[in-house]
Amino acid sequence: MRLIADIILLLGAVFCFLGALGLIRMPDIYNRIQAGTKAATLGSIAIILGVGLLYPSWWGKLVCISGFLLFTSPVSSSVLARAVYLSGVKPWSHKEKASASLKHQTGEKS
Amino acid sequence: MTLNYLEQLAIGIIGAALLLGLIRMLIGPSAPDRVISADTMSVTVTAALTLVAAAFGSDLYLDVALVYGALSFVGVVAIARVIEGGKA
Amino acid sequence: MINKHNLHHHLFLFSTLLFLWLLLTSSLAMDELLAGILVASIVSLISAPYLDIFNGVRYTPMAVVAVLRYLGYFFVALIRANFDMAGRVLSPSLPISPAVVEVQTRLKSRLGQMLLANSITLTPGTLSVDLNNDRILVHWIAAPEGISLEQATHDIASGFEQHISGFLE
Repeated sequence: MRLIADIILLLGAVFCFLGALGLIRMPDIYNRIQAGTKAATLGSIAIILGVGLLYPSWWGKLVCISGFLLFTSPVSSSVLARAVYLSGVKPWSHKEKASASLKHQTGEKS
Repeated sequence: MTLNYLEQLAIGIIGAALLLGLIRMLIGPSAPDRVISADTMSVTVTAALTLVAAAFGSDLYLDVALVYGALSFVGVVAIARVIEGGKA
Repeated sequence: MINKHNLHHHLFLFSTLLFLWLLLTSSLAMDELLAGILVASIVSLISAPYLDIFNGVRYTPMAVVAVLRYLGYFFVALIRANFDMAGRVLSPSLPISPAVVEVQTRLKSRLGQMLLANSITLTPGTLSVDLNNDRILVHWIAAPEGISLEQATHDIASGFEQHISGFLE
Protein backbone atom coordinates (compact mmCIF):
# COMPACT_ATOMS: atom_id res chain seq x y z
CA MET A 1 0.00 0.00 0.00
CA ARG A 2 2.73 2.39 0.94
CA LEU A 3 4.61 1.59 -2.26
CA ILE A 4 1.57 2.47 -4.40
CA ALA A 5 1.14 5.73 -2.48
CA ASP A 6 4.82 6.56 -2.96
CA ILE A 7 4.66 5.90 -6.69
CA ILE A 8 1.62 8.17 -7.02
CA LEU A 9 3.41 10.84 -4.96
CA LEU A 10 6.46 10.62 -7.24
CA LEU A 11 4.27 10.82 -10.34
CA GLY A 12 2.61 13.95 -8.98
CA ALA A 13 5.95 15.53 -8.15
CA VAL A 14 7.23 14.78 -11.66
CA PHE A 15 4.15 16.43 -13.18
CA CYS A 16 4.67 19.52 -11.01
CA PHE A 17 8.28 19.60 -12.20
CA LEU A 18 7.21 19.27 -15.86
CA GLY A 19 4.79 22.16 -15.37
CA ALA A 20 7.57 24.33 -14.02
CA LEU A 21 9.83 23.22 -16.87
CA GLY A 22 7.11 24.22 -19.33
CA LEU A 23 6.97 27.58 -17.57
CA ILE A 24 10.65 28.04 -18.41
CA ARG A 25 10.65 26.59 -21.93
CA MET A 26 7.48 27.94 -23.52
CA PRO A 27 7.94 30.99 -25.73
CA ASP A 28 4.99 33.19 -24.80
CA ILE A 29 2.58 33.92 -21.98
CA TYR A 30 -0.42 31.91 -23.26
CA ASN A 31 1.61 28.73 -23.66
CA ARG A 32 3.17 29.28 -20.25
CA ILE A 33 -0.30 29.55 -18.72
CA GLN A 34 -1.32 26.31 -20.43
CA ALA A 35 1.73 24.32 -19.36
CA GLY A 36 1.78 25.69 -15.83
CA THR A 37 -1.91 25.26 -15.05
CA LYS A 38 -2.52 21.80 -16.46
CA ALA A 39 0.57 20.06 -15.19
CA ALA A 40 0.50 21.71 -11.76
CA THR A 41 -3.18 20.86 -11.28
CA LEU A 42 -2.85 17.17 -12.10
CA GLY A 43 0.44 16.96 -10.21
CA SER A 44 -1.12 18.45 -7.09
CA ILE A 45 -4.12 16.16 -7.28
CA ALA A 46 -1.83 13.16 -7.64
CA ILE A 47 0.18 14.27 -4.60
CA ILE A 48 -3.02 14.75 -2.59
CA LEU A 49 -4.22 11.31 -3.68
CA GLY A 50 -0.89 9.83 -2.53
CA VAL A 51 -1.23 11.49 0.87
CA GLY A 52 -4.78 10.16 1.05
CA LEU A 53 -3.46 6.64 0.51
CA LEU A 54 -0.89 7.14 3.26
CA TYR A 55 -3.47 8.52 5.75
CA PRO A 56 -6.90 7.12 4.80
CA SER A 57 -8.61 8.91 7.71
CA TRP A 58 -7.96 12.34 6.14
CA TRP A 59 -9.93 11.80 2.96
CA GLY A 60 -12.67 14.34 3.76
CA LYS A 61 -10.38 17.32 3.92
CA LEU A 62 -8.26 16.03 1.06
CA VAL A 63 -11.35 15.79 -1.14
CA CYS A 64 -12.14 19.39 -0.14
CA ILE A 65 -8.65 20.59 -1.08
CA SER A 66 -8.55 18.78 -4.42
CA GLY A 67 -12.05 19.89 -5.36
CA PHE A 68 -11.11 23.44 -4.52
CA LEU A 69 -7.96 23.19 -6.65
CA LEU A 70 -9.89 21.69 -9.56
CA PHE A 71 -12.38 24.53 -9.41
CA THR A 72 -10.10 27.53 -8.85
CA SER A 73 -6.97 26.75 -10.80
CA PRO A 74 -8.57 26.92 -14.27
CA VAL A 75 -10.55 29.98 -13.21
CA SER A 76 -7.45 31.90 -12.17
CA SER A 77 -5.59 30.94 -15.33
CA SER A 78 -8.54 31.94 -17.50
CA VAL A 79 -8.86 35.27 -15.69
CA LEU A 80 -5.17 35.90 -16.24
CA ALA A 81 -5.35 34.89 -19.91
CA ARG A 82 -8.31 37.22 -20.39
CA ALA A 83 -6.44 40.09 -18.75
CA VAL A 84 -3.43 39.51 -20.99
CA TYR A 85 -5.66 39.23 -24.07
CA LEU A 86 -7.52 42.44 -23.25
CA SER A 87 -4.27 44.29 -22.65
CA GLY A 88 -3.43 43.49 -26.26
CA VAL A 89 -0.77 40.75 -26.27
CA LYS A 90 -0.92 38.67 -29.47
CA PRO A 91 -0.11 34.94 -29.36
CA TRP A 92 3.39 33.97 -30.44
CA SER A 93 3.84 31.98 -33.65
CA HIS A 94 6.99 30.70 -35.27
CA LYS A 95 5.85 30.85 -38.90
CA GLU A 96 5.15 33.88 -41.06
CA LYS A 97 2.18 32.10 -42.57
CA ALA A 98 0.64 31.36 -39.22
CA SER A 99 0.93 34.93 -38.03
CA ALA A 100 -0.63 36.17 -41.30
CA SER A 101 -3.65 33.91 -40.93
CA LEU A 102 -3.93 34.93 -37.30
CA LYS A 103 -4.02 38.60 -38.26
CA HIS A 104 -6.74 37.76 -40.75
CA GLN A 105 -8.77 36.07 -38.02
CA THR A 106 -8.48 38.82 -35.45
CA GLY A 107 -9.11 41.45 -38.09
CA GLU A 108 -12.36 39.79 -38.99
CA LYS A 109 -13.48 39.72 -35.40
CA SER A 110 -12.86 43.33 -34.44
CA MET B 1 6.21 8.99 10.26
CA THR B 2 9.73 8.67 8.91
CA LEU B 3 10.08 9.24 5.20
CA ASN B 4 11.55 6.58 2.95
CA TYR B 5 13.73 7.28 -0.09
CA LEU B 6 10.88 7.55 -2.57
CA GLU B 7 9.17 10.20 -0.47
CA GLN B 8 12.39 12.12 -0.01
CA LEU B 9 12.91 12.00 -3.77
CA ALA B 10 9.38 13.34 -4.30
CA ILE B 11 10.09 16.24 -1.94
CA GLY B 12 13.32 16.95 -3.82
CA ILE B 13 11.50 17.04 -7.17
CA ILE B 14 8.88 19.42 -5.77
CA GLY B 15 11.71 21.64 -4.52
CA ALA B 16 13.27 21.65 -7.98
CA ALA B 17 9.90 22.57 -9.51
CA LEU B 18 9.57 25.50 -7.10
CA LEU B 19 13.11 26.57 -7.99
CA LEU B 20 12.25 26.62 -11.72
CA GLY B 21 9.15 28.67 -10.95
CA LEU B 22 11.30 31.10 -8.99
CA ILE B 23 13.69 31.43 -11.96
CA ARG B 24 10.78 32.29 -14.25
CA MET B 25 9.62 34.80 -11.66
CA LEU B 26 13.04 36.45 -11.62
CA ILE B 27 13.63 36.60 -15.39
CA GLY B 28 9.99 36.87 -16.53
CA PRO B 29 9.94 39.66 -19.09
CA SER B 30 6.48 40.99 -18.19
CA ALA B 31 4.24 41.17 -15.16
CA PRO B 32 1.80 38.42 -16.27
CA ASP B 33 4.73 35.99 -16.61
CA ARG B 34 5.60 36.57 -12.99
CA VAL B 35 1.96 36.21 -11.93
CA ILE B 36 1.48 32.90 -13.74
CA SER B 37 4.66 31.61 -12.18
CA ALA B 38 3.35 32.64 -8.76
CA ASP B 39 0.05 30.89 -9.53
CA THR B 40 1.74 27.65 -10.56
CA MET B 41 4.01 27.79 -7.53
CA SER B 42 1.09 28.34 -5.17
CA VAL B 43 -0.77 25.31 -6.55
CA THR B 44 2.38 23.27 -6.09
CA VAL B 45 2.86 24.60 -2.56
CA THR B 46 -0.73 23.71 -1.67
CA ALA B 47 0.03 20.10 -2.58
CA ALA B 48 3.39 20.25 -0.84
CA LEU B 49 1.65 21.38 2.37
CA THR B 50 -0.43 18.22 2.37
CA LEU B 51 2.83 16.31 2.01
CA VAL B 52 4.18 18.25 5.00
CA ALA B 53 1.08 17.21 6.93
CA ALA B 54 1.82 13.59 6.03
CA ALA B 55 5.47 13.92 7.03
CA PHE B 56 4.61 15.42 10.43
CA GLY B 57 1.56 13.23 10.86
CA SER B 58 -0.58 16.20 11.89
CA ASP B 59 -3.76 17.16 10.05
CA LEU B 60 -3.52 20.80 11.14
CA TYR B 61 -1.44 21.42 8.02
CA LEU B 62 -4.41 20.42 5.85
CA ASP B 63 -6.29 23.48 7.09
CA VAL B 64 -3.23 25.57 6.36
CA ALA B 65 -3.17 24.17 2.80
CA LEU B 66 -6.87 24.95 2.27
CA VAL B 67 -6.56 28.54 3.48
CA TYR B 68 -3.33 29.04 1.54
CA GLY B 69 -5.02 27.86 -1.66
CA ALA B 70 -7.99 30.17 -1.12
CA LEU B 71 -5.84 33.22 -0.43
CA SER B 72 -3.54 32.64 -3.40
CA PHE B 73 -6.55 32.29 -5.71
CA VAL B 74 -7.98 35.60 -4.51
CA GLY B 75 -4.57 37.22 -4.90
CA VAL B 76 -4.10 36.03 -8.49
CA VAL B 77 -7.58 37.18 -9.49
CA ALA B 78 -6.96 40.61 -7.92
CA ILE B 79 -3.63 41.03 -9.72
CA ALA B 80 -5.23 39.92 -13.00
CA ARG B 81 -7.83 42.66 -12.56
CA VAL B 82 -5.03 45.19 -12.10
CA ILE B 83 -3.28 43.97 -15.28
CA GLU B 84 -6.54 44.23 -17.17
CA GLY B 85 -6.49 47.92 -16.37
CA GLY B 86 -9.67 48.86 -14.58
CA LYS B 87 -12.08 47.67 -17.28
CA ALA B 88 -14.99 45.71 -15.85
CA MET C 1 -39.95 34.73 0.84
CA ILE C 2 -39.71 31.03 0.15
CA ASN C 3 -42.23 29.97 -2.44
CA LYS C 4 -42.65 26.74 -4.31
CA HIS C 5 -40.54 27.98 -7.20
CA ASN C 6 -37.25 28.40 -5.37
CA LEU C 7 -37.69 25.69 -2.75
CA HIS C 8 -35.47 23.43 -4.86
CA HIS C 9 -32.89 26.18 -4.98
CA HIS C 10 -32.82 26.48 -1.18
CA LEU C 11 -32.67 22.74 -0.67
CA PHE C 12 -29.83 22.38 -3.17
CA LEU C 13 -27.83 25.17 -1.51
CA PHE C 14 -28.49 23.77 1.96
CA SER C 15 -27.44 20.23 1.10
CA THR C 16 -24.31 21.44 -0.70
CA LEU C 17 -23.27 23.48 2.32
CA LEU C 18 -24.03 20.64 4.73
CA PHE C 19 -22.05 18.23 2.58
CA LEU C 20 -19.05 20.62 2.60
CA TRP C 21 -19.34 20.95 6.38
CA LEU C 22 -19.37 17.18 6.82
CA LEU C 23 -16.34 16.80 4.59
CA LEU C 24 -14.43 19.44 6.53
CA THR C 25 -15.20 18.08 9.98
CA SER C 26 -15.20 14.46 8.73
CA SER C 27 -17.21 13.24 11.73
CA LEU C 28 -20.86 12.31 12.18
CA ALA C 29 -21.04 13.17 15.89
CA MET C 30 -24.37 14.64 17.00
CA ASP C 31 -23.08 18.05 18.08
CA GLU C 32 -21.09 18.57 14.87
CA LEU C 33 -24.11 17.56 12.81
CA LEU C 34 -26.42 19.95 14.69
CA ALA C 35 -24.00 22.84 14.35
CA GLY C 36 -23.62 22.06 10.65
CA ILE C 37 -27.38 22.03 10.07
CA LEU C 38 -27.75 25.32 11.91
CA VAL C 39 -24.93 27.07 10.02
CA ALA C 40 -25.95 25.65 6.64
CA SER C 41 -29.58 26.76 7.04
CA ILE C 42 -28.61 30.28 8.17
CA VAL C 43 -26.12 30.72 5.34
CA SER C 44 -28.45 29.32 2.67
CA LEU C 45 -31.32 31.54 3.86
CA ILE C 46 -29.17 34.67 3.80
CA SER C 47 -27.31 34.08 0.57
CA ALA C 48 -29.90 32.34 -1.61
CA PRO C 49 -31.24 35.53 -3.26
CA TYR C 50 -27.74 36.49 -4.39
CA LEU C 51 -26.67 33.10 -5.70
CA ASP C 52 -28.74 33.11 -8.89
CA ILE C 53 -25.83 31.36 -10.59
CA PHE C 54 -27.35 28.03 -9.55
CA ASN C 55 -30.54 28.72 -11.50
CA GLY C 56 -29.91 26.31 -14.34
CA VAL C 57 -29.46 23.16 -12.27
CA ARG C 58 -31.76 20.28 -13.28
CA TYR C 59 -33.29 18.54 -10.27
CA THR C 60 -33.90 15.08 -11.69
CA PRO C 61 -32.52 11.68 -10.68
CA MET C 62 -30.86 11.33 -14.08
CA ALA C 63 -28.81 14.44 -13.32
CA VAL C 64 -26.78 12.52 -10.71
CA VAL C 65 -25.83 9.92 -13.31
CA ALA C 66 -24.94 12.72 -15.71
CA VAL C 67 -22.65 14.34 -13.09
CA LEU C 68 -20.83 11.06 -12.51
CA ARG C 69 -20.41 10.42 -16.23
CA TYR C 70 -19.16 13.99 -16.70
CA LEU C 71 -16.61 13.52 -13.92
CA GLY C 72 -15.31 10.29 -15.47
CA TYR C 73 -15.02 11.89 -18.91
CA PHE C 74 -13.33 14.92 -17.37
CA PHE C 75 -10.66 12.99 -15.50
CA VAL C 76 -9.79 10.92 -18.57
CA ALA C 77 -9.42 14.15 -20.55
CA LEU C 78 -7.32 15.73 -17.79
CA ILE C 79 -4.86 12.82 -17.70
CA ARG C 80 -4.63 12.74 -21.50
CA ALA C 81 -4.02 16.49 -21.49
CA ASN C 82 -1.12 16.11 -19.11
CA PHE C 83 0.64 13.40 -21.07
CA ASP C 84 0.13 15.48 -24.18
CA MET C 85 1.62 18.53 -22.47
CA ALA C 86 4.50 16.52 -21.01
CA GLY C 87 5.36 15.27 -24.50
CA ARG C 88 5.38 18.80 -25.86
CA VAL C 89 7.50 20.20 -23.03
CA LEU C 90 10.05 17.39 -23.12
CA SER C 91 10.58 17.16 -26.87
CA PRO C 92 13.54 19.34 -27.90
CA SER C 93 11.84 20.90 -30.93
CA LEU C 94 8.84 22.26 -28.94
CA PRO C 95 6.09 21.21 -31.43
CA ILE C 96 3.51 23.96 -31.02
CA SER C 97 1.60 26.15 -33.47
CA PRO C 98 -0.71 28.24 -31.31
CA ALA C 99 -3.68 30.26 -32.50
CA VAL C 100 -6.84 31.80 -31.05
CA VAL C 101 -10.09 30.25 -32.25
CA GLU C 102 -13.76 30.76 -31.37
CA VAL C 103 -16.11 28.09 -30.09
CA GLN C 104 -19.89 28.21 -29.89
CA THR C 105 -21.89 26.72 -27.03
CA ARG C 106 -25.58 25.95 -26.68
CA LEU C 107 -25.52 25.93 -22.87
CA LYS C 108 -27.75 28.70 -21.52
CA SER C 109 -26.98 28.92 -17.80
CA ARG C 110 -23.98 30.87 -16.58
CA LEU C 111 -22.85 28.01 -14.35
CA GLY C 112 -22.90 25.63 -17.31
CA GLN C 113 -20.89 28.01 -19.47
CA MET C 114 -18.37 28.50 -16.69
CA LEU C 115 -18.04 24.75 -16.17
CA LEU C 116 -17.54 24.29 -19.91
CA ALA C 117 -14.84 26.99 -19.96
CA ASN C 118 -13.10 25.35 -17.00
CA SER C 119 -13.22 21.97 -18.69
CA ILE C 120 -11.79 23.42 -21.89
CA THR C 121 -8.94 24.95 -19.91
CA LEU C 122 -7.97 21.63 -18.37
CA THR C 123 -8.14 19.50 -21.54
CA PRO C 124 -5.52 18.81 -24.20
CA GLY C 125 -3.89 21.89 -25.61
CA THR C 126 -6.69 24.39 -25.08
CA LEU C 127 -7.13 27.42 -22.81
CA SER C 128 -10.34 29.42 -22.66
CA VAL C 129 -9.56 33.12 -22.80
CA ASP C 130 -12.84 35.02 -22.91
CA LEU C 131 -16.55 34.32 -22.69
CA ASN C 132 -19.27 36.49 -24.17
CA ASN C 133 -22.84 35.40 -24.84
CA ASP C 134 -22.54 31.99 -26.47
CA ARG C 135 -18.99 32.34 -27.82
CA ILE C 136 -15.92 31.13 -25.98
CA LEU C 137 -12.54 32.41 -27.15
CA VAL C 138 -10.04 29.56 -26.97
CA HIS C 139 -6.26 29.63 -27.24
CA TRP C 140 -5.30 26.38 -28.95
CA ILE C 141 -1.71 25.23 -28.70
CA ALA C 142 -1.74 23.12 -31.87
CA ALA C 143 -4.44 24.62 -34.06
CA PRO C 144 -4.90 23.35 -37.61
CA GLU C 145 -4.74 26.24 -40.05
CA GLY C 146 -7.91 27.93 -41.23
CA ILE C 147 -10.28 25.93 -39.03
CA SER C 148 -13.95 26.93 -39.12
CA LEU C 149 -16.16 27.76 -36.14
CA GLU C 150 -18.22 24.58 -36.50
CA GLN C 151 -15.16 22.36 -36.78
CA ALA C 152 -13.50 23.96 -33.74
CA THR C 153 -16.72 23.61 -31.75
CA HIS C 154 -16.92 19.96 -32.70
CA ASP C 155 -13.27 19.30 -31.83
CA ILE C 156 -13.09 21.16 -28.53
CA ALA C 157 -16.44 21.68 -26.88
CA SER C 158 -19.11 19.25 -28.03
CA GLY C 159 -18.04 16.27 -25.93
CA PHE C 160 -18.14 18.24 -22.70
CA GLU C 161 -21.26 20.09 -23.75
CA GLN C 162 -23.15 16.85 -24.20
CA HIS C 163 -22.19 15.66 -20.73
CA ILE C 164 -22.82 18.99 -18.98
CA SER C 165 -26.22 19.45 -20.64
CA GLY C 166 -27.36 16.34 -18.76
CA PHE C 167 -27.44 18.26 -15.48
CA LEU C 168 -27.39 21.96 -16.41
CA GLU C 169 -29.45 23.99 -18.84
